[in-house]
Amino acid sequence: MISIKTSNLTRTFGSNTAVDKLTIEIGEGEIFGLVGPDGAGKTTTMRLLTGILDPSGGEAWVHGKHVVKDSESLKDDIGYMSQRFGLYEDLTVIENINFYADIYGVPRGERKGRIDKLLGFSGLAPFAKRYAGKLSGGMKQKLGLACALIHTPKVLFLDEPTNGVDPVSRRDFWGILYEMLKEKVTILISTSYLDEAERCRRVGLIDKGRLLRCDTPAAIKAEQGAKTLEEAFIRIITQQGQITNPLSQIPT
Amino acid sequence: MNLVRIRALAKKEFLQILRDPRSLILSLAIPVLLLVLFGYALTLDVDNVPMVIWDQDNSQTAKHFILDFHNSRYFKIIGYYDTYQDLVWKIDTGEAMIAMVLPKDFSRYLGSGQPAPAQFLIDGSDSNTATIARGYISSVIANYNQHFFAHAVAGVTIVNPQPVSFKPRPWFNPNFESMIFIVPGLIVVIIMTIAALLTSLTVAREWERGTMEQLVATPVRPNELVVGKFLPYFCIGLFDLILSVIMAKFVFSVPVQGSVALLFALSSLFLCGALMMGILISIISRNQLLASQFAILATFMPTVLLSGFRYPIWNMPAAVQAVTYLVPARYFIVIVRGIYLKGVGIRDLWQQALFLALFAAAMIFLAIRKFKKKVA
Repeated sequence: MISIKTSNLTRTFGSNTAVDKLTIEIGEGEIFGLVGPDGAGKTTTMRLLTGILDPSGGEAWVHGKHVVKDSESLKDDIGYMSQRFGLYEDLTVIENINFYADIYGVPRGERKGRIDKLLGFSGLAPFAKRYAGKLSGGMKQKLGLACALIHTPKVLFLDEPTNGVDPVSRRDFWGILYEMLKEKVTILISTSYLDEAERCRRVGLIDKGRLLRCDTPAAIKAEQGAKTLEEAFIRIITQQGQITNPLSQIPT
Repeated sequence: MNLVRIRALAKKEFLQILRDPRSLILSLAIPVLLLVLFGYALTLDVDNVPMVIWDQDNSQTAKHFILDFHNSRYFKIIGYYDTYQDLVWKIDTGEAMIAMVLPKDFSRYLGSGQPAPAQFLIDGSDSNTATIARGYISSVIANYNQHFFAHAVAGVTIVNPQPVSFKPRPWFNPNFESMIFIVPGLIVVIIMTIAALLTSLTVAREWERGTMEQLVATPVRPNELVVGKFLPYFCIGLFDLILSVIMAKFVFSVPVQGSVALLFALSSLFLCGALMMGILISIISRNQLLASQFAILATFMPTVLLSGFRYPIWNMPAAVQAVTYLVPARYFIVIVRGIYLKGVGIRDLWQQALFLALFAAAMIFLAIRKFKKKVA
């Protein structure tokens, strides 16, 4: 079953095209990595798919819901972690979690079990009464994930969730993601760490808003004859640069 | 509308206010500060007008005449001089507002039955105060004249020095104390400014801090968000109102003449509109600095200048008068002064109340409509 589907999805900001005719399909329960240099269009793609930004062209469906026409009912099915920490620093860990539980309408009866599970998963239990602003970077991200998971979403969007997070916390973080995959949650994660991209079932490489490759890490490495994904991506992006560079040097 | 979500939003907002010393100080200290500052400094009463005197006559009669000014609480004699230069100097420096000059023949004229000239130099640069001071001078002299006649003609003739006797009976503020006029209006200024200023930050802050991007990706509805944000500030607004009413009574001795319940009911209506206006400003601007500046510009200035708080609306040019109809404080000030000073009820105030209701409804509608769950 297809969980995320886009067709020529495009978003422009003035003369700048942030996402350019993106067409992908992501299956249910799949973890899909979105990689690319800064400014490639990863965050814009996330925002388009979560329905908090309207596309300039093309269409997209998430869990069968159109991101523009059904943008409201879509939000019951998804969890989203924005790139910038989006929780309330002046609220405690448990207050943040309870707030999102109320916002998503998590039934009272199920709430305690879920919260205990998420706190246990993330190792946040001892910090439940600490202000979110006083958490370490890794803890903050795990709290963000806990809040995005409180309503057991069908599709999870994570925008560079492990940026600047220490290796131990990153490992914990991925541990939680694997748990989610067991429950058939679809995960779209953007990252600039290529060792993380290796852990995804498939990756999409985007640059300047365009999808350059979309395949399993193994297939992409094989295609480029590269040992690591990093090497493969650098080759692909440089090839792309060689084609576009002469054009960009034409005086306008 | 989902009540659980509204409660969660209101609770969250309330916790944030409690934990942010700045917004707490803003919401509690500013009303007190404004009341004290405006209540004491913005006095329109003209008392103790400083006066200098040049008594060229130096007679018993002249001293008697001067004594009448000395005994009046409206004047304060700050010195006697014997050159014009000194008088002018005192007026130039602003130490004196009035200089009285009694000519050499003052008492001789008075005794001869001819009008005795007494010169008063008045600093007219502050025309309002000067007009009032001139009125005081006239009344002191009229008083003097009356007594003079009574003495001079006692038992001799039936000449009536005052054919028409003026018996004023001022209502609502019998002693013409400006505090009684200012303080209820001040409550309007405080509520309008505090309400819009506090809420103008609330949505913009969430966009700036990045928490709104997270929130708009949830099923929360714009109306739930607006109401959830509104409730805690409504409580603060009511608290500020109670604080102002208590201060008005115990610090400024301005009690409510009419129904306190009606005052609070109609104030709540006004508070709704003002808070929603702040939320609307915050929603549109998405930037705290811009929002707070705009909120002050859109609330404090029109409320002070165009509501009738200080300057009577009927005295304004027609074009400006037309603008005042758009200032909600204009209606509320009639309500507050009506209940506070005249003790009137809803029968006299329903039109103003209706305008406030319309204003609140318009603000609620616009705030909900303008809130978009989109990052751009």
